[in-house]
Amino acid sequence: MKSSDAPVVAASRSVHKEPGKLAILLNDMRRQKHSYILLAPYYLLFCMFTVIPVILSLVISFTYFNMLEFPRWIGWQNYTRLFLEDDVFLIALKNTLLFVVITGPVSYIMCFIFAWLINDLSPKVRAFVTLVFYAPSISGNIYFIWLIIFSGDMYGYFNGFLMKAGFTEEPILWLQDPKYVLAIIMVVQVWLSLGTSFLAFIAGLQNVDHTLYEAGAIDGIKNRWQELWYITLPSMRPQLMFGAVIQITSSFAVADVSMNLAGFPSVQYAGHTIVTHLIDYGSIRFEMGYASAIATVLFAIMLGTNLLTQKLLRKVGE
Amino acid sequence: MRFVARLASLRLQSKVNRSVWGDLLLFLFLAVFGAFMALPLVYSINNAFKPLDELFLFPPRFFVRNPTMSNFTDLFHLLSNSWVPFLRYAFNTVFITAVGTIGHVLLASAAAFPLAKHKFRGNKILFSVIVLALMFSPHVTAIPNYMVIGQLGWIDTYSAIIIPAFAFPLGLYLMKQFMEQIPDALMEAAKIDGASEYRIFWTIVMPLVKPAWLTLTILLFQILWGTDGGTMIYSEKLKTLNYALGQIVSGGIARAGAGAAVALLLMSVPILLFVFTQSKIIQTMATSGMKE
Repeated sequence: MKSSDAPVVAASRSVHKEPGKLAILLNDMRRQKHSYILLAPYYLLFCMFTVIPVILSLVISFTYFNMLEFPRWIGWQNYTRLFLEDDVFLIALKNTLLFVVITGPVSYIMCFIFAWLINDLSPKVRAFVTLVFYAPSISGNIYFIWLIIFSGDMYGYFNGFLMKAGFTEEPILWLQDPKYVLAIIMVVQVWLSLGTSFLAFIAGLQNVDHTLYEAGAIDGIKNRWQELWYITLPSMRPQLMFGAVIQITSSFAVADVSMNLAGFPSVQYAGHTIVTHLIDYGSIRFEMGYASAIATVLFAIMLGTNLLTQKLLRKVGE
Repeated sequence: MRFVARLASLRLQSKVNRSVWGDLLLFLFLAVFGAFMALPLVYSINNAFKPLDELFLFPPRFFVRNPTMSNFTDLFHLLSNSWVPFLRYAFNTVFITAVGTIGHVLLASAAAFPLAKHKFRGNKILFSVIVLALMFSPHVTAIPNYMVIGQLGWIDTYSAIIIPAFAFPLGLYLMKQFMEQIPDALMEAAKIDGASEYRIFWTIVMPLVKPAWLTLTILLFQILWGTDGGTMIYSEKLKTLNYALGQIVSGGIARAGAGAAVALLLMSVPILLFVFTQSKIIQTMATSGMKE
């Protein structure tokens, strides 16, 4: 395919009089018809459920829209309200950024460290340990059990343990006390986060070229840390970049865990995030214009953070 | 100490550069975190078999003493007496998961083939749009999505959950990366024999990317098996198992046993699926990297 196409185009151009750019484009597209036909069903749906919604969201964010009346253009008002008047949004923004700077890197590093440690095990043990670590992320709403562990009465496991061990006399209201809520959500979020990127790292580590380690030993690499930094990490940079995208995106998107564990809204908005704020305005108050502004801000910072991180990761091991 | 010395000598034979204490420390770390990861799961398995009096013991006990199936029988009584029978919830979950997964694997593979193996106008742009889509979560598009689905008249139908799942970007991304490593020679040979691109896709490429099918399946499982219908579905008879779990758990103390039982049922399916597909999934993930 690749090799045969170019000469055909060149030949057809020299025989006929110079065709216009559009004619060439159409001709190319006709010859590559089968590619477009194979692509069409997926991309049609992708446009309907991802591309058009992103554009719609951007447009609606400049309007007042309550689903009943026709949207009214109000310019930047939603955005000024968001940043200047909405204190709850600022709490949500702060919490979300805390997730991004804490659970994001922690989960990313955990994915890598565990993949790296597991890599030294024998294949059977490795398969078992992989299952144990990956299981929480795949078991759906199983994080409900953290509700029982952190239950505010003495039947909660954590309270029961603390009381029995004498750390506290009274059961602590873990999920109702703003002091603890965010930390607990973070713990659960990290517990859930050994997912796709963890598997990608395991695969990446298994495929590092082993002759590189031997060569490294000759070149004077002293310990496993140097081996890690100079050989392993650069060899699996593509997986590292992929894993970063997955972990960053999911750390921005904390919502379900917060809503199910801390309630919605949580006490003093202690577990409020940008996504729960978005859900509040989008599916409860039906202020679609305002909710779209929240979504657009979220979209921009997610994309920005991801692109920036990709740039930084290109420097690993250089 | 002798153990440490033996470990050291083993290490000396295989890899020169590693310290024994470092290894021990790292594996201790692995064990502690392994326990942290596994305990809640082990605990929920135990809970599902605890009689009610053990569920509310003080101090709470981690492991079950007198295992019983009563939670499961309770669950079925509870749900068969409910307005919508348990089997209906189960059917909805299985149906949504099966159709959504099969559809996604087919459409994503069809689109991944030209992206990986054909040279055509727009190839690079179409793929980079998918990579960009990985960089934000579906929450961003939730509201306009609801409007689009409303316009299509799909609110409160299976389609509202199933059809958008077909176009899940991560699946196409992984499938395309995996297909790239198929040698071109295989396809060239078929082309010389006069096979059409569609035929090549179906008879040569598809069988070769079986590991990637399984990976897409497990990813879609994660999304669809756990769906509760959200805002898209409000008819009780179209609701899913996960929704039923939520209802039971919110029933409080009296339902704790049944809740533990349904939680175990829900989590065991994807976990078992992963047990059988793990090696194929790891194989797919080897090609998951982002190129520069």
